[in-house]
Amino acid sequence: MKVLAIDTSTFVMGIAVVDGQVVKGEIITNLKKNHSIRVMPAIESLLQECDMSPKEIERIVVAKGPGSYTGVRIGVTIAKTLAWTLNIPLVGVSSLEVMAASAKYFQGLVVPLMDARRGQIYTGLYKVEGDCVQSIVADQVILATEWANELKAYNEPILLVGNDSSLHEATFVETLDRVQVAPATLHNPRPSELAWLGINREPEDIHTFVPNYIRLAEAEANWLARQKERTEC
Amino acid sequence: MSEKDIFVLGIETSCDETAAAIVKNGREIVANVVASQMESHQRFGGVVPEIASRHHVEQITLVLEETMKQANMDVSEIDAIAVTEGPGLVGALLIGVNAAKALAFAHRIPLVGVHHIAGHIYANQLVQDMKFPLLALVVSGGHTELIYMKEHGVFEVIGETRDDAAGEAYDKVARALQLPYPGGPHIDRLAKQGKPTIDLPRAWLEEGSYDFSFSGLKSAVINTLHNAKQRGETILPEDMAASFQTSVVEVLVGKTIQAAAHYDVKQILLAGGVAANEGLRTQLQKQVEQLPEVELVIPPLSLCTDNAAMIAAAGTVLFQQGKRATMALNANPSLLL
Ligand SMILES: [Zn+2]
Repeated sequence: MKVLAIDTSTFVMGIAVVDGQVVKGEIITNLKKNHSIRVMPAIESLLQECDMSPKEIERIVVAKGPGSYTGVRIGVTIAKTLAWTLNIPLVGVSSLEVMAASAKYFQGLVVPLMDARRGQIYTGLYKVEGDCVQSIVADQVILATEWANELKAYNEPILLVGNDSSLHEATFVETLDRVQVAPATLHNPRPSELAWLGINREPEDIHTFVPNYIRLAEAEANWLARQKERTEC
Repeated sequence: MSEKDIFVLGIETSCDETAAAIVKNGREIVANVVASQMESHQRFGGVVPEIASRHHVEQITLVLEETMKQANMDVSEIDAIAVTEGPGLVGALLIGVNAAKALAFAHRIPLVGVHHIAGHIYANQLVQDMKFPLLALVVSGGHTELIYMKEHGVFEVIGETRDDAAGEAYDKVARALQLPYPGGPHIDRLAKQGKPTIDLPRAWLEEGSYDFSFSGLKSAVINTLHNAKQRGETILPEDMAASFQTSVVEVLVGKTIQAAAHYDVKQILLAGGVAANEGLRTQLQKQVEQLPEVELVIPPLSLCTDNAAMIAAAGTVLFQQGKRATMALNANPSLLL
């Protein structure tokens, strides 16, 4: 099966073409550049290099968030539209799960993270054994300090993965005994891992598929808070 | 070859409507689908960009599918894809632009980027042939512009707002009168019941300028209401609506008629959401009679508000003129016409 994988949830842009057991090609950049300008040209050139026409794609796997709202939406929009018009299955995979998958062979627990501003992070807790990435604690947005405290309960070595790890490293090192940051070469999520995670997964309903933002839009959250106040009064 | 029909798929997501349409030969609507988010934004009293973007992702493939179904066509039968590249809300525009690129890529169909205002103007082409030179008055929540066109695809902005768009002023005045969002239709309705008895300014600006300014008028309305309240006097909302609308319409129509005479145009086109305003339509119709050589074209209401048929119509002309976008096409929130 020929799979196209797309990840635009952070500054890292990742595109991969996987054919059966073979990773045919990957494009990964970690640049503060505009995904909207670069993703489609990257897909176009990667398929061209792989001598593949768009109609040969048999499945699309996309990183569905959390991450940058706009970034995730670009990838998800392209993935939904391609899957709909090519009439092929669409699979969404957590953007944090893809990051965790880089930590294969780590003996312990994996904590992928993305900075979410004001001391908060998007994170989750994963265990990676061979090809199996298991979610222990669901993806969430949480204060880094709070998360570090919660992780004390796990009596295992912990690996922080993701380009924003260095921003929060101190918080975790202060609180936890056995914690380390992954080497620089593991921080960029691999789109081939994304393809791999989604290759056998149950497809989504294309029309209703949306990013997993984790957070409500700010205006929506404020509005709900006001409604609640009103009913309490 | 030249006899072959051209089918263009239009996609529009610049604000709070997710829209797709298919237009034949730039003139005939084959399918036209608009999913409005208005209800969702009503509780916020205006369009919230992040929420608009989220709705566009929810709607985009549904709207495309409904469009193809209405047309009884397959995407592969489309000759070109036209998409609004700007101006508008960047996060919202990005959904349409990326969906359009994905479709163009999947089927190797030519892609054309369209300016939203060009779309509004070309909505008229779906009603009647455009005759050049022409003048277009574009009024909406985000725009108040006078555009001169001497031929297809060539736009010259001869006047624009220096502060608020006319539609924006309507929304703000509606809020001051405690009317629900969007305020335009409510003010239009009230204005018909009231009398323009309140003295409000008209911003004509410098002699010969075709620019507009509505923030002074908006402030005058708010101040007048405030002062009346302080003095314990009541102002009938109907009269305020009528007075405000009279001021807006007088300037819009006055400048349009001046410009039409000065540029010696054959046609005046009305475009944009505020074209739904009855006060504006009626006055414009009346005043154009001063210029017997000039024809006034006002598209039906469904084509005045944001839709994708207008984008497909404008896109058809640009496509025929050889304009093409690459896979690097981006959303441009401040795109110039
Ligand atoms: Zn518009």
